Parts: sequence; C-alpha cells; structure tokens
Amino acid sequence: MKWICNKKTAEIGKSLAAIGLALVIGALFILLAGESPIRAYTSLIQGALGTPQSIANTISKSIPLAFTGLAVAMGSRCGMLNIGAEGQLHAGAMASVITALTLGSLPAPILLVVSILAGILAGMAVGSVPGIFKARFSTNEVIVAIMLNYICTLFTSYLVNGPFKTEGSTAQTELIAEGIWFGRLLPRTQLTYALFLLIFIAAAMYVFLWKTSVGYQLRAVGANPSAAGTAGIRVNLFLIMSMTLSGGIAAMAGITEVFGKYHRFIEGFSPSFGFTGIAVAILGRNHPAGVLLTALLFGIMDMGSLRMSRETMVSTNMVIVIQSLVILLVAAPELIKWSRKRG
Amino acid sequence: MEMLNNFIGLTLQLSVPIVLGALCGTIAERGGIILLGVEGIMLVGAFAGVLGSYATGWALAGVVLSLVLGGLIGWFYALFCLKWKAHQSVVGVGINLFASGITAVMLKAVWQTEGMSESVASIPNLTIPGLSGIPVLGALFKEQSPYLYAMFLIVAGVWVVFYKTKFGLRYRAMGDQPYAVQTAGVPVNRYRYTAMILAGSIAGLAGSYLSISQNNLFVTDMTAGRGFMGLAANIFGGWQPLGSMGAGMIFAIAQAARFYLTDLSIPSQFVQMLPYAVTLVVLLFVGKRVKGPEALGKLVD
Repeated sequence: MKWICNKKTAEIGKSLAAIGLALVIGALFILLAGESPIRAYTSLIQGALGTPQSIANTISKSIPLAFTGLAVAMGSRCGMLNIGAEGQLHAGAMASVITALTLGSLPAPILLVVSILAGILAGMAVGSVPGIFKARFSTNEVIVAIMLNYICTLFTSYLVNGPFKTEGSTAQTELIAEGIWFGRLLPRTQLTYALFLLIFIAAAMYVFLWKTSVGYQLRAVGANPSAAGTAGIRVNLFLIMSMTLSGGIAAMAGITEVFGKYHRFIEGFSPSFGFTGIAVAILGRNHPAGVLLTALLFGIMDMGSLRMSRETMVSTNMVIVIQSLVILLVAAPELIKWSRKRG
Repeated sequence: MEMLNNFIGLTLQLSVPIVLGALCGTIAERGGIILLGVEGIMLVGAFAGVLGSYATGWALAGVVLSLVLGGLIGWFYALFCLKWKAHQSVVGVGINLFASGITAVMLKAVWQTEGMSESVASIPNLTIPGLSGIPVLGALFKEQSPYLYAMFLIVAGVWVVFYKTKFGLRYRAMGDQPYAVQTAGVPVNRYRYTAMILAGSIAGLAGSYLSISQNNLFVTDMTAGRGFMGLAANIFGGWQPLGSMGAGMIFAIAQAARFYLTDLSIPSQFVQMLPYAVTLVVLLFVGKRVKGPEALGKLVD
C-alpha cells in the first residue's frame, strides 16, 4: 500500500516538474521575444482568474479539452493512442447538429437527448475504425486515426459548405432550436450545463475502469497485452472497445461546444482540441481526476493568453508552446531522471 | 496541349513538399522510428527560410537555415525517442504543436504582426531554354523551382544509399530486426541519429520550399497538412524512396486537379480527401501484406 502511495506521489511529482520546467522554458522564449516573463505570466493569471466571469469562461474553455483528454486517457488505459479525437469530435458535432436540425419537430427534451446520442454514436463509429484495423491487421492505430482526422474534417467541411450551409459567406449551418441550447450557469459567460455532463462522464469513466471487471480487463490489456491474452482476456475485443468508447467521449467535446457556445456547426470551431487532449491526458496521467485538473490548467492558459497578448507583445500562441513543451517533457520519463542525475 | 503542360507543371510544383515529406517518413520508419513530426519540422523550416532570407537579404541563407534548424529538430527528436525513451508518436504530436506555437510567437516577435511575415527575397524559378519547348516533358524545365531538381537528386541519393551501400543495408535491417543488427556489432543508435538528422533537414528543406520558393513570405500554419500527406504517401508507396516519390506525385495530381475541376460538380473536399482515403483503403485491402518495417518503435540500449 505504501509502495502504491509513493508511486502515485512520484507520478504527480513528475507532472508538476514538467509543468514547472515548461513554464521556465516558456519564460526564456518570452525573454527572447523581448518581454518580461513576470509581466506576461501575471497578466495571464489576471486574465484567467481576475473576475467571477473570467473564472467561469476559463472553466468553459477547459471543458472541451477535458473531454478530449478523457477520450485519449480511455484509449491509453488500453494501450491505444487515440490521436483521432479531432476527427471524432468533428463527426460528433456535425451528427448532433444535423439530427437537431432535421428532427426539429420532436419535443425539446427528446430532441436534445436524441441529438446528443447521435453525436456520440458518430464519434464511436469513427473511433472504432482504428481499433478494428489494429485488431484485424495489427495496423498502427495512429496512422489510421490521422487519415480519419482528415477524412472527417474534410467531410464535415463539405457538409457545412454544401448541403447544410446557411445563407451568407460564413461556412456554418442554421441555428439549432433555442429550446435545446444548454443553459448558462452564469449570465454573460460561456459556462453551461456542459460542466455537469463532463463531471458525470469523468465519474462514470472512473467507476468503469476501476470498479468493474470489464474495466479491469481493459486496463490489463493496456498494461500487458500478451499477459492479458494468456490469462484468457479477448485482447482484440478490448482494443476495439477502448477506441469506440474513446471516440464517443471525444465526440462530447464537439457536441458540448455546439450546444453550449455556437448553437450551430461552424467550420474550424476546434482549435485542435483533439491534439491538445493528448497533452491533457499525458499530464493528467490518464486518470479522470488528473485529466480534469490538467484541463483546468490548460483552460487558465488559453483564457489568460488573450489578456497577455493584449497587454504585452507576447502572442497568444506562447500558450501552445508551453503546452507542447509539457507534452515533450512528460512524454520522456528518462529526461527528468537524466537531468536530475546531472543537476 | 497548353493546358496539359500547365497541369503537369502545377503537379510538379505541388509534389515537392509531399515527396520530400514522404521521404522523411521513409528514412525514419525504415530505421524503426515513427516520425509524426514531419509536419512540424516542415513548418519550422518554412519559418527558417523566411527568417534567414530576411536577416541577410539573401534567399540562399534561408535555405541553409531551414536545413540546419530542420536537422537540429531531427536530432532532438532522436534524443527524445532514443535517449529519453519517449513514446514516439507523442513526441511527434508535441513537436507539431511546438512548431505551430513557436513559429507564430517568433513571427510576432520579429515582424510585430500576426498571420503573415513581410515579403523577403526568394529563390527564382528556372526556365531552361530549348528543353522547355519539348511537349509534355517540357513542363519539367519551364518555370520550375531549383527545389524540384534538388528533390529528384535527394530521392536518387536516398535510393542509392538505401540499396547500394552497406550503410543502407544495415540501416534497413534495423527497421525489422534491431537486436539482430546490434548483436552483429552495428551501432544501431548512431545510425538512427544520423538518419533522423538527415530526415529533419529534408523536412526543413521542404518547408523552405513553401515559404521562399513557392511564396516569398511566411504564413502561420502554412504547411497545411502536407507533412501528414507525405506520411500517407510513404505508406502508399510501400516505405520505399521511389514508391514515396511515385505516391507523392499521385497525391500531387489530385491536388492539382482541384484547380482544374472547379467547373465540375465534385466538391473540392472530396478531392482533398483522396490521399487519405486511398491510404486507408490500401491499409484495409492489403492488410497484413503491407510490408511496413516490423520493428517500428522498438528501441535498443
């Protein structure tokens, strides 16, 4: 038991060290760009957490990242890197919007549930493909998922520029019925009931992975597929299952953005949530609680960067640099060991 | 005839970054390393090209800088994968995000703008008198970038090294049986570092083609998926230098067709989708018979 605790502390320590190191390297780049890192980081924090409204918007910015982070974590627990969340969330968002638009005559609560389910199913369908390829042909799931990312984003781009385009020059669909928009938790902010959906799914994922035998088998496949196979677990089934579930969770990122913020599908609504989700999952150690915390941290960066770029000459993209450094540092377990030996 | 010549010329222009990107994938993956970072290295190369040209007023300096920075990132990539044992695909994602962020940050730092840089000196296109008049083949010699000829040379060079030298034989063996090669006394990691630096330089070069040969400025995220398309071409071409070039050319034809099919009722998105769909279908139908390197991602100490 003590050993488990120590291991957990070490994991969290590694994540914190990576964040710290990424912020320091980020500060060097800010210096290189001719700005004061302290001033930049201060305005970032103020921008993200200065007022109740900004806190609410920070949380709302972290919600799609948390969904894609949970999605990637679900795959990783089974040893599958779901790099395809970007495509899955596009498919999910589009499917839910099309359902909401075409079945508009249904009563609002039913329409809402049906639309969300349609989106989740679309995400699951897309997510299952890399799993099936891996199980049937042992194709690298990453390569299949990258192809699907392009196919999904281009296909939704076709739909939103073609059959489902509304009047005007912007590539967007009609608005969905106002009755099924997610309600706001705080007026004049973007924080909606999507937060409760997120917490529900994160909790459900925790229970599934750690409190059910199916979830245990899924993690066993992730820990050691050949041992799991020897123990009689149907490895291929779990590869497909984990990717299908992952796709469904990723779709929620797109669905909640659509129902909570834009109320329609707009081309390019996702600033690569799917790829940032990989960083969120890795830094959150593929644990639902870790993912939620990391997503919040990333939400703070995203929200605060707007003010930082207004008040200093540092571009909002500095946040992407810091997030990418976090990915690289956490992805390389030997790096932190190595620098400790040196230092 | 005129239209056919223009079409071939355009295809050749569009093929350069895809073929070079595919070649990076081939070089890295035949040695057993998954290089998802082509896209990002290419983007840094594009920025380096403009930066070098802007700083010196001399476009060739941009080309050199793109080679150097590309090689540097390739080396870092290898350090992360080989020395620090990072998950290779994750490093690729990290590098791609890093490139997208750092080029935008540096763009603002250098030119105080967002979106695009100032115009800089670029590499002029060449028209070879006489040869450019030949039907069909003439497109090869009319208003083409020197990069196109460099591309053919690089593909040929990689082919020769791969199949005609001891280095290449050993290197290709590493992608399938790294332990066996190591047991035979070959320093596997040294070969892999060399290959990754080379692949990085080529990706950097592909990037500077976009910024200072096809254009004369840097635009944020201007690689627009060409690196990933290159990786698809690498698979479609069977992880071989000539196959990568052939597949890259085919994908370039699809890209060029977009400019000529505007009157037809085929939505441009479907044409753009083609390379990825085709690659998926290849993976689906050929299945296990696709001869990818067997030891992708396997490390030795």
